[in-house]
Amino acid sequence: MIERPALMSVSDAAAKQVQVLLGSRNKPSVGIRIGISTKGCSGMSYTLEFADEKGPFDEILEEKGVTILIDPKATMFIIGTEMDYVVDKLQSGFVFSNPNEKGRCGCGESFHV
Amino acid sequence: MATLLQIHEPGETPTPHSGGPRLAIGIDLGTTNSVVAVSDKNNPEILRDEDGRALVPSTIAYAPDGSFIVGGLANDLLIERPECVVTSVKRLMGRGLKDVKSLAGVLPFDVEPQTEDESGMVRLKVAGHKLTPVKISADILSALKARAEEHLGHVVDQAVITVPAYFDDGARTATKDAAKLAGIEVLRLVNEPTAAALAYGLDKGTEGTYAVYDLGGGTFDVSILRMEKGVFQVLATGGDAALGGDDFDHVIAEHFLKDKVKDKLNTSEVKMTLMTARRAKECLSTENRDEWSIEIDGNTSYHKLDRATFEGLISPLVEHTIDICKTVSEDASLLPEEIKGVVLVGGSTRIPLVRQKVAELFGKDPLSDINPDEVVAVGAALQAEALTVGSETLLLDVTPLSLGIETMGGMVEKIIPRNTTIPVAKAQEFTTYIDGQTAMTVHATQGEREMVEDNRSLARFELHGIPPMTAGAARIRVTFAVDADGLLTVSAMEDTTGVEAEVAVKPSYGINEEEMAEMLYDSMKYAKDDMEERLLAESRVEAGRNLNAVSAALSKDKHLLSSTQFAEIQAVICQLEDVVKGTDRDAITEAAEQLEKATKDFAEKRMDQGIRMALRGVDVDTLDEQASKG
Repeated sequence: MIERPALMSVSDAAAKQVQVLLGSRNKPSVGIRIGISTKGCSGMSYTLEFADEKGPFDEILEEKGVTILIDPKATMFIIGTEMDYVVDKLQSGFVFSNPNEKGRCGCGESFHV
Repeated sequence: MATLLQIHEPGETPTPHSGGPRLAIGIDLGTTNSVVAVSDKNNPEILRDEDGRALVPSTIAYAPDGSFIVGGLANDLLIERPECVVTSVKRLMGRGLKDVKSLAGVLPFDVEPQTEDESGMVRLKVAGHKLTPVKISADILSALKARAEEHLGHVVDQAVITVPAYFDDGARTATKDAAKLAGIEVLRLVNEPTAAALAYGLDKGTEGTYAVYDLGGGTFDVSILRMEKGVFQVLATGGDAALGGDDFDHVIAEHFLKDKVKDKLNTSEVKMTLMTARRAKECLSTENRDEWSIEIDGNTSYHKLDRATFEGLISPLVEHTIDICKTVSEDASLLPEEIKGVVLVGGSTRIPLVRQKVAELFGKDPLSDINPDEVVAVGAALQAEALTVGSETLLLDVTPLSLGIETMGGMVEKIIPRNTTIPVAKAQEFTTYIDGQTAMTVHATQGEREMVEDNRSLARFELHGIPPMTAGAARIRVTFAVDADGLLTVSAMEDTTGVEAEVAVKPSYGINEEEMAEMLYDSMKYAKDDMEERLLAESRVEAGRNLNAVSAALSKDKHLLSSTQFAEIQAVICQLEDVVKGTDRDAITEAAEQLEKATKDFAEKRMDQGIRMALRGVDVDTLDEQASKG
């Protein structure tokens, strides 16, 4: 069987932080779910949420000890994306570097492909 | 750079650029001054300028290029360049050319003397532009909107706007149109007295009747409201459109200058004297006496005034407002002491004498804790919050006049009676009047009278595509829906085919409050005549229906009759046709009975024929058709 390239990748820092966050959530979780919502001035924005259960059509990705569910509607737009976790002086959070993105709105909260 | 994302609970990912909930504002769009307020977590706040002033003068000055300024700066231009400045545009909202002409001379601006356009709106000539009151109002609203946006740091696109209780549909629609032009979605138009009552939380209090005494800069209004099950209903309103704080200033100024020899002052001297008078008025609301100086022709004169003299000067004006209060209470069939609470609105209610007189009349201390200039805006802001964020009480209003539809014979079938709480939707079924009718006119009317011609016509549209059927077989459902702002949508649908037609009623501009009152009054005065007229119309319609049916039957089955019988029926038909033209209801009923008698035999024969055909093996469908034609 030929190994398919992973739909998306997760950096070590991101995987570690996801585990920390899942551990501190007082609720059993199957992982996190990544989706796309058609909101924002540049067309689309990412949604990043805890997943209580697996959706019937979710793409499942197990990487570096974390389970990532990808909303089937979002797969087309995030193929090849790398998820990273950044800590800088003032804030910390997850970043998606998505080769499909063709532009972002000024504030960086939404993008288009 | 990319924004850093956080992991959220399922379904709680915030939408981008939301930055917290957007607040909707409350706008008191006044004749002289406007106020903007916002409420967050049930905590209303007035939006002030950098000098702490809440009132924005509702004055607008236009430049030749169409740009404009609103507020105090525009007021300053009133003296130098009156042709560029518009004040009190609210008085023209929803008014037709005729109304505006009657105000000519009173208004400080030129009215374009052209004929009304299709919307019936007038145009004002300002700085070379021809502007409608709606456009001018929209520009004032957009200045108020900008003020709110600066304060709140986010886009404001929703608002509750207050209007006087006596505003009719035309003026309300005009206000809504103005807001739309300014990019504001009107969540609700609220009556000013109702907003004042809301600011005091009377909607949460006990049920009862309240009075709102509103003495502003240029106008006086009094309204009696009844609060029942969370619904405020305006029972009666009254007032004087040319009585307000400015008149108090005038009497003081006259008093100051009464021993001056010079009888003609120039405009800036007049303005200055009035300013001094105004300061004196405001001062004497708290102090007992003081002295003011006025400079005319380089001579400064000093004027002492104490509170007793001041009260003596304004007393006739205050008494006049009290008389109006009494009349309005009578209109509502209430004694002043039956009123549960009184709310004071308008800066002039700060004057102790006004408070004292109001308290004497109603036998209780009026509510005055909230700044009377701001109370209406506070109520509007609370209502805006209730409508966006939600609250336990929701304000409801009522329809001021009944809404109905014209039926055959020029009668009105009321669909939504007056004083129905809105929003409301009501439907009623109607049918066709003659065989094979495929279209129907739906004519919506407003008013209390029985006949269409005595009511106000709101809208008229046609429903086409009704399948041809026997008269009375089609089922047409007419729905009247009144939204929360009192605006009406009428739709009609034929049940079997689903063909539909709809119209949103934009009441024609130009009904005024006197006309509204007159319509109500007439409905009582003419109740008996109206009923008589209605019964006559009903008997005519009934007779017409019979005549149609008989002539349809005759053209089909004439062979069943002998020539004598035929002639006999024809004679009765002629007689009925004759009396229908007259106004004697009894004669019509009698002639209709005659026709029924004369055709009884004929009807039986047709029935027999139908049965015979059935026995001959005609299928049931054809028989049904025959029977229905009978």
